[in-house]
Amino acid sequence: MSFRHLQDRSVKYFLLAGASVSIVVVVLIFAFLIREALPYMKSPGLGSFFSERWAPTSPLKAGYGLLPLVAGSAMVTILATLIAIPFGVCGAVYIAEIAGKRERELLKPFIEMIAAIPSVVLGFFGLVVLAPIVKSAFGLPTGLTGLTGAVLLAFMAVPTIMSISEDAIRNVPRSYLDASLALGANRVQTIFKIVVPAAMSGIIASIMLGMGRVVGETMAVIMVTGNAAQFRFTPLVQIRTMTATIAAEMGEVTNGSTHYQALFWVGIVLLFVTFCINLVALRVLRTYRRA
Amino acid sequence: MSSLSERSALLALRLITYLVVCTVGFIVFDIVIKGIGVVNWSFLTTNPQGAAGGIFPAIVGTLYLVFGAIVVALPLGMASAIYLTEYAKQGRLTNTIRLAIVTLAGVPSIVFGLFGLGLFVLFFGFGTSILSGSLTLACMVLPTIIVSSEEALRAVPLALRDASLALGATKWETIRKSVLPYAIPGMMTGSILGIGRAAGETAPILLTVAAFSLPQLPRSVYDQVMALPYHLYVLATQFPNQDEARPTAYGTALVLLLLVLGLNTGAIVLRSHFRRRNKW
Amino acid sequence: MVITMPAAFTIERHGDPVEFKPKVVARHLSFYYGAVQALFDINLTIPENQVTALIGPSGCGKSTFLRTLNRMNDTIDGTRLEGKITIDNQDIYKNGTDVVTLRKRVGMVFQKSNPFPKSIFENIAYGPKIHGIRNKAVLEELVEQSLKRAGLWEEVKDRLHLNALDLSGGQQQRLCIARALAVDPEILLMDEPASALDPRATARIEDLISELRSDYTIVIVTHNMQQAARVSQYTAFFMEGRLVEFDDTEKLFTKPKEKQTEDYVTGRFG
Ligand SMILES: Nc1ncnc2c1ncn2[C@@H]1O[C@H](COP(=O)(O)OP(=O)(O)OP(=O)(O)O)[C@@H](O)[C@H]1O
Ligand SMILES: [Mg+2]
Repeated sequence: MSFRHLQDRSVKYFLLAGASVSIVVVVLIFAFLIREALPYMKSPGLGSFFSERWAPTSPLKAGYGLLPLVAGSAMVTILATLIAIPFGVCGAVYIAEIAGKRERELLKPFIEMIAAIPSVVLGFFGLVVLAPIVKSAFGLPTGLTGLTGAVLLAFMAVPTIMSISEDAIRNVPRSYLDASLALGANRVQTIFKIVVPAAMSGIIASIMLGMGRVVGETMAVIMVTGNAAQFRFTPLVQIRTMTATIAAEMGEVTNGSTHYQALFWVGIVLLFVTFCINLVALRVLRTYRRA
Repeated sequence: MSSLSERSALLALRLITYLVVCTVGFIVFDIVIKGIGVVNWSFLTTNPQGAAGGIFPAIVGTLYLVFGAIVVALPLGMASAIYLTEYAKQGRLTNTIRLAIVTLAGVPSIVFGLFGLGLFVLFFGFGTSILSGSLTLACMVLPTIIVSSEEALRAVPLALRDASLALGATKWETIRKSVLPYAIPGMMTGSILGIGRAAGETAPILLTVAAFSLPQLPRSVYDQVMALPYHLYVLATQFPNQDEARPTAYGTALVLLLLVLGLNTGAIVLRSHFRRRNKW
Repeated sequence: MVITMPAAFTIERHGDPVEFKPKVVARHLSFYYGAVQALFDINLTIPENQVTALIGPSGCGKSTFLRTLNRMNDTIDGTRLEGKITIDNQDIYKNGTDVVTLRKRVGMVFQKSNPFPKSIFENIAYGPKIHGIRNKAVLEELVEQSLKRAGLWEEVKDRLHLNALDLSGGQQQRLCIARALAVDPEILLMDEPASALDPRATARIEDLISELRSDYTIVIVTHNMQQAARVSQYTAFFMEGRLVEFDDTEKLFTKPKEKQTEDYVTGRFG
């Protein structure tokens, strides 16, 4: 076989090896999270997670209850998503259906720029500008609350929701629009009765992907939510998320200690949650793309 | 023609959209205004002194980390993208690779930190070091690079591949001579986006490399470094005397923001430039 | 199934039997895109140094058939071929066949001209370089020769370093023909090479085809029956993946044997 053919054959396997690295990394992520976390199952055991007390450094009796952390993450995530939805979806509708061509070409990169702002910069902004506003608006002792975090995270979810929704809206066949307009419906009626419902699965997927981004966000929340692990369901108090817990405590633990293992479990829960959200979102996205 | 209710609905949509735009503008404006007074030559080139002083080591550290990440991630990302667009057939292997990329793209950055800590820092024994941090960041930006490289490859018309194959070029010759030359600019765009992301991330380096304060520069890949995003985090949250730390923090935020947005804008400009140039 | 290939075949030309050397022979050729069958048991012998036109309604498999001849269909996932195709009595689908060498022998010109976004010179030199020609003088000579054969030399000789995409549509298509000629093929496959061109550019291409006939075996797909009549000596009429009739072009258009052919060429159908 000539050199050309030998080269042609072997290149494929080189490239395949490169492509397989993604698989290897994913497997390693799961493997190493589990490896570091595993000893915890013997003692104190997974049952200890179902408690309302997260106090791993308590000198009297350490508490490894994940409930306040999960609740904290859930609350900011849901709140942030609820705040982000109207902005993201309305923005998507505006950019896809109402804005002129030039306006769209300016708006799109501008909105996408939000996604590029480092989360630590947003966290810093939240800390020095947003938190005082929240503090005085609600007359609170501190502006570092779940709500502050949620607002900041909503801002981070908007570009995701907006760009994927916009895509979905623009994929609605023009004939639907024409049909509705020809029946005498006006533009707004057409948009909300025909276009948005037709793009619904894409919009839902975009919201879920936005949520996936929010759950996993670390720096923005660690800087503005106050980080007190409380099991209370109100956004106007300090809360602590799973991500912030890992980031704040990992630096101080002894490698291999129970606390260390518990933090890896928090990571596993986090990975599992984001994995599920993203997987479902992509399923939804795929069905709408096929339709 | 249009009714009042229609016009007000359109107006509301526009207002909501521009509210988001204004918020972005406000954030950037706030940081630029309050940071610009701090950023000068000595700020960029001197060592920090407590909460005050310059950020030179953090800039250098970020550059090292990003460079390391790209050196690892770029070839892997490009190879993956070429494999997926040019060679992969539908099947279980391809689906698995795609699922892995999607999963990787969704992994929270702090989980990458845990992973880097477990694998690079402890298991491989690299310690908290540039090497561990770069490798962790490389894993994180890999999906960004793959996805945009794939996009760049798919933008090259199939007709060019057909033309080359029909002349008796092998598949690899075809890729190398009549696909890659036209896809490389797009691939570079993707990697710039990846660089931007790596430069701005804090959580992964928190656990794998970053030093709180480290006046001297690193001497090997096994050394710790400071990094811009982590430095900002430290300045903003770890100093009781915020009067002193705040201006430095704003300056650091501005440098980081300019770095990342500059990279992104550059990537976007590059992309539209090459889109316009390729007139097929 | 034993498939035998004729060593020579006779076919009527203007009423007299003429003996030809068969260049390309397809026997019991069937082709599938996944589960969808696109070609059904095609038996066709293409004579050497003649122009053979493939005509038929859209979707009848003309392009598919054409692309089986240089194995371009191999690049599409999930395709399958049954039967046999020989060129100069060599089975081109035999295990171990070098596709690259095959494609060098069997050049192809596509419906939409597809020059590389490089200079005119680089476009023509692409094939020869791939096949190992490095010498600058040889390449220059080849480029000139090829452009001359394709009737483009006079128009572009002063601007060989112009980007090929800046040429007109007709010039681009002749450039693609020149590019195919530069690797010195024996057979030239053309898939509706003039369908995107205006009448003048089309006429240029048609003249070119007639000039090239003496040196190459040409197979051309066309939707334009006048064009088939003008440029080809033989015509094959395809319908729904089957070869309905193959004959002397003049005869096929004036005295078709099959009812379907008659309906098609008289414009009653398709
Ligand atoms: N890549 C492909 N995948 C699946 N089916 C294909 C593919 N290419 C062609 N076909 C199918 O094979 C059949 C023959 O297509 P082909 O392109 O050969 O027709 P054609 O005669 O060249 O038509 P036209 O005159 O429109 O170019 C059609 O039914 C077409 O849908
Ligand atoms: Mg065709």
